[in-house]
Amino acid sequence: MQAFTQLKGLVAPLDRANVDTDAIIPKQFLKSIKRSGFGPNAFDEWRYLDRGEPGMDNSKRPLNKDFVLNQQRYQGASILLARENFGCGSSREHAPWALEDYGFKVIIAPSFADIFFNNCFKNGMLPIVLSAEIVDALFKQVAANEGYVLNVDLTAQTVTTPSGEIYPFEVDAFRKHCLLNGLDDIGLTMQQQEKIKAFETRHRQAQPWLFA
Amino acid sequence: MAKTLYDKLFDSHVVTEENGTALIYIDRHLVHEVTSPQAFEGLKLAGRKLWRINSVLAVPDHNVPTTDRSSGVAGIVDPISRLQVETLDENCADFGLTEFKMNDLRQGIVHVIGPEQGATLPGMTVVCGDSHTSTHGAFGALAHGIGTSEVEHVMATQCLVQKKSKAMLVNVEGELHKGVTAKDVALAIIGKIGTAGGTGYAIEFAGSAIRGLSMEGRMTLCNMAIEAGARAGMVAVDQITIDYVKGRPFAPKAQQWDAAVTYWNTLHSDEGAEFDATVTLKAEEIQPQVTWGTSPEMVVGIDGKVPSLDMAKNDVQRGDWERAYAYMGLTANTAITDIAIDKVFIGSCTNSRIEDLRAAAAVARGKHIAPNVKLAMVVPGSGLVKAQAEQEGLDKIFKEAGFEWREPGCSMCLAMNADKLEPGERCASTSNRNFEGRQGQGGRTHLVSPEMAAAAAVAGHFVDVRTL
Repeated sequence: MQAFTQLKGLVAPLDRANVDTDAIIPKQFLKSIKRSGFGPNAFDEWRYLDRGEPGMDNSKRPLNKDFVLNQQRYQGASILLARENFGCGSSREHAPWALEDYGFKVIIAPSFADIFFNNCFKNGMLPIVLSAEIVDALFKQVAANEGYVLNVDLTAQTVTTPSGEIYPFEVDAFRKHCLLNGLDDIGLTMQQQEKIKAFETRHRQAQPWLFA
Repeated sequence: MAKTLYDKLFDSHVVTEENGTALIYIDRHLVHEVTSPQAFEGLKLAGRKLWRINSVLAVPDHNVPTTDRSSGVAGIVDPISRLQVETLDENCADFGLTEFKMNDLRQGIVHVIGPEQGATLPGMTVVCGDSHTSTHGAFGALAHGIGTSEVEHVMATQCLVQKKSKAMLVNVEGELHKGVTAKDVALAIIGKIGTAGGTGYAIEFAGSAIRGLSMEGRMTLCNMAIEAGARAGMVAVDQITIDYVKGRPFAPKAQQWDAAVTYWNTLHSDEGAEFDATVTLKAEEIQPQVTWGTSPEMVVGIDGKVPSLDMAKNDVQRGDWERAYAYMGLTANTAITDIAIDKVFIGSCTNSRIEDLRAAAAVARGKHIAPNVKLAMVVPGSGLVKAQAEQEGLDKIFKEAGFEWREPGCSMCLAMNADKLEPGERCASTSNRNFEGRQGQGGRTHLVSPEMAAAAAVAGHFVDVRTL
């Protein structure tokens, strides 16, 4: 996994609550057996005017000019600003894969759905929870200032605005450690295999029917 | 100290814990074709073995056709869908895993076949790369959906890195009215607490109305815990649980049975156990529910109306409702019973079990779908559910009423196979998500119970099943 330490990036706003993973990456693209290449189909149904199918040349498809991410000023954004309960619905990890492949490394929202939140960390992405008031203020600043950039520092756990306001955020210590160092979870857990084996032996004795 | 059911299930699976991050042991890993290929690939690339082969039960369900399957996997028309199903078959063969293949009688939706086989047992930790894994919590199990990276992690280590959630108690006291089902209870809860109301929590459903539900009803309820934002939903073990499990193929046998039952009977929250949040509903106040918008929380009772913007709690919700009106082709204050439908879908991991089909058939019996209903389909949850229904003659009732009787799978719940809505089509659906595009791009989904879906099919619009 790629490490994440610090990012200074253009912010794109997606001003709606309960953005679900079906919207982030529609089901027809889940048929892929690969991990990569989902970016061109992120938000497919909102982003394009035609019906998207796997294998299409996305560069030739008609864009929905009304969709915020299609506006010129947000091209190259790496920070997504969103509302409550972002990433709700299906557990599909294709959603963070699509956002990451599109170019987003950080998502800021007042709240995230649990499974999506967890999946982000497995892919070198940082979901940041800030209060609804701060997120609301950021939406206003992004709208008012073209080229609005935020500076995200995972080590210091801060988001800094162009005018110098600093917003601290919480992050679980273990997840932070893994993200800062680009650590593979599986490798870490494998270091505990003696403990896993010992647990398994006890568990088998107590509930042998689980191992039938 | 008095423990909640969630405490008991979580604590009994902790392998090691440091600074609030635990490694928990996973007893059952359910696998389907959509969220597993990248995990198997990861294992193969790293040269890792699968930790415990007999913890896995695999089945293709999302991509499988619900029409003629006589040509087997080779007969799946969409080549990308076919490749995904073939990839699951190959991976299961390579790793020596138990798989119910597409034309196995036991094939079906992963969350239907686990319980049906007794592969889901009380006290287990159950995971699957699928958010509706919460279903299995109905058995007094700790069950939740995981992403593909975690699927790979469980395959390699039999463990999951977890932080303990907070515990929420949802108490439903009293007796449900006739025609009001577990689905209506689930939707009423989501309407009350919102789709993010359970975020960060594991929910235990309790109270006399929950105790009165069958196992299938409890599965429907726990299935939709994720729609309330909770990764896990659960119900304490009682005699109904134990009677359901007994005799199933993967259930404990002979001398192990009694020991298992003794343990399972401890799987309930202790008297005086403390929850981080408690929500209470009165069963008598719950009506048959119908969603009107593009999130499961956009829901009202059958005698209700599409809410108006002045009822929204803030500007963000007003914006969401305006978009929902436009997407759904509805205006504020429209009576739910005035909404006409084009299609009906009875199926999904929420509502495709035998009791669901019996309830829908009881409404459809001797009637016919309305002329404006272009398609009404019944998709049983598994091959065994389908066989049972056919033995009871339910297929004949449905077919005579104008419904199509299909092969088992996820089907039009998420429209990954050929079953989908066309843009603008409106569907009464027994599934779990009414998101934009969920059942097909531009499709409009209204979530209801099986009884209410059958009633809408017959009437051509939503109608209170209790008045039929």
